[in-house]
Amino acid sequence: MEIIIAQLINGVSYGMLLFVITCGLALVFGILGVLNLAHGSLYMIGSYVAYSLTTTFTQSFWTALIVAPLAVAVIALVIERTLLRVTYQLGHLSQVLLTFGLAYVFHDLTKWIWGSNVLSIRVPDLLSGSVTIVGQTFPLYRLVVIGVGIIIAAGLWWIQNKTRWGAIIRAGLSDREMIGALGVNINLVFTTIFVLGGILAGFGGVVASPILGLYPDMEFQTLILALIVLVIGGLGSIAGTFTASVLVGVLETFGRYLFPELSMFLIFGLMAMILVWRPSGLLGKQVVEG
Amino acid sequence: MKNVYLQFAIVLLLFAAAPFFISSFHITLLTEILILAIFALSLNVIVGYTGMVSLGHAAFFGTGAYAAGIIAQHVSANMLFTLFGAVIISVLLAGLIGLFCMKVSGFYFLMLTLAFSQMVYSFVYQSTEWTGGSNGLSGIPRPVLFGWEISNMVWLFYVIAALFMLLYAGLRILVGSPFGKILVGIRENETRLKSMGYNTNIYKYLAFVISGALGGVSGSLYTYFNGFIAPSDVYWTMSGTVLIMVLIGGSGTMIGPVLGAAMIVLLETTIASYTDMWMLILGSVFILFVIFFPSGLYGIWQDLSVRFQKRGGPSEVTKLNKKRAS
Repeated sequence: MEIIIAQLINGVSYGMLLFVITCGLALVFGILGVLNLAHGSLYMIGSYVAYSLTTTFTQSFWTALIVAPLAVAVIALVIERTLLRVTYQLGHLSQVLLTFGLAYVFHDLTKWIWGSNVLSIRVPDLLSGSVTIVGQTFPLYRLVVIGVGIIIAAGLWWIQNKTRWGAIIRAGLSDREMIGALGVNINLVFTTIFVLGGILAGFGGVVASPILGLYPDMEFQTLILALIVLVIGGLGSIAGTFTASVLVGVLETFGRYLFPELSMFLIFGLMAMILVWRPSGLLGKQVVEG
Repeated sequence: MKNVYLQFAIVLLLFAAAPFFISSFHITLLTEILILAIFALSLNVIVGYTGMVSLGHAAFFGTGAYAAGIIAQHVSANMLFTLFGAVIISVLLAGLIGLFCMKVSGFYFLMLTLAFSQMVYSFVYQSTEWTGGSNGLSGIPRPVLFGWEISNMVWLFYVIAALFMLLYAGLRILVGSPFGKILVGIRENETRLKSMGYNTNIYKYLAFVISGALGGVSGSLYTYFNGFIAPSDVYWTMSGTVLIMVLIGGSGTMIGPVLGAAMIVLLETTIASYTDMWMLILGSVFILFVIFFPSGLYGIWQDLSVRFQKRGGPSEVTKLNKKRAS
């Protein structure tokens, strides 16, 4: 029983990490129409920048937690302004391929800068302990990650449903051209969303690195899980992404614990079942044609 | 028509004569190009002609490679046998994956193919008993054809070149057939084809299975060529590389993927002696092509030849791409 609850906490916290990462991907895909295949790379860069910050410069996890997402945001800004902006007339497919090329470039650049060893970031002292609740011991960091995930989910939900910006985002999700015609500066919206996606990816990278570690190829491992969450949850609904993230996180963790050789298949099986049952995802709207 | 046969005969002659004029290193290189060209051509059936961009084609390449290797090790090294087995298993896999992937379109298709290929990868990686896991599969006996062991690279080159010519001709006929026209129709306007009464899902499914089968063929050829299979042959980087080959060469054309495969293999061989940052170079080259030459090498060549003949006007491929973009 104890183990099951501990695994459940692990699974839910893993799901929260997936949620933070997938949210950025889903936002960019929904508004810009670009499936950002470099999203995993942004996540990876966030992790590695945080690693450098915590080991060499400031030694502080908290500084890294702020600086690394900002660094990723700058990279995202540059990508959007210099590469994506000039390729709008080429169509979405070209832009997706462009981000795929970027994923290749970032892969080698990070390997060049940080090497290909497996690295990890220490959990900050403040959060490194464990807490005991009703006779059960839990690692504090995992609980905090769950809390952070819920706060981000609530924040995003609030922004999307209660603010003017959220209204623009929702409008953009359903009809991109129309909001441009209604006088919204669509270019600014695109840039903001892409940078926001970068911040979420970078933030996810920092928060995830004490749990998942840093290693070459981490970006695609994460990207593929994020894509699965996106497919399962459906586009355009934070609740859908949230549910799918927790589902995938828990299933992956329990799968690894119970049937280590089948963990990946469980998730793909779930995805396949949901696709057959509901092609547009658990809570998603109509599948958008690429 | 005569012209096509003539071109075909010339290429056949060139292949036959090649081992007498170029070094064994270049024969090896040419063999690798032909194998990857078959792989790129197989992907082109769905990406170029049907308009379904897949990022998981390595699943079929790897399945074909491992199937051929495992059959050669445990059953028989007869090439007809291993090739046939590889095709059957790739077709079954493509049939299964296709069932799910046909449920979605656009970028969702891309995501699903990527996810499924990673599933195949994790299967290969974890079932060490059969595939050797992370160590790869080694000690594969050389292929045997009609009682002859193909131990010489030149013989292998002849076998692969013959298969390449056969498959190229077959694909050309397929693309020109009514079936191929329907695929192009799906790429251009699926809704319209549906309203004309075609069950587009069946055509897409068939294209996917054909593509997977040919991917399996190229994988098994790669096993004969290398005598060793690494799990990285199933990894997403392989899927990415072949997609890049198709797009750099010129998708939706017959010669494009072959040009793309040749360019990538030559580039990799040249660059390998200077730096190990191959992915950085490949990614940058790909980005340049996406932005500046979206119709690929074939498009560049066509534009140049049109400009040479002073006929004016952009090529068919460029026009097509412009139309697709708008």
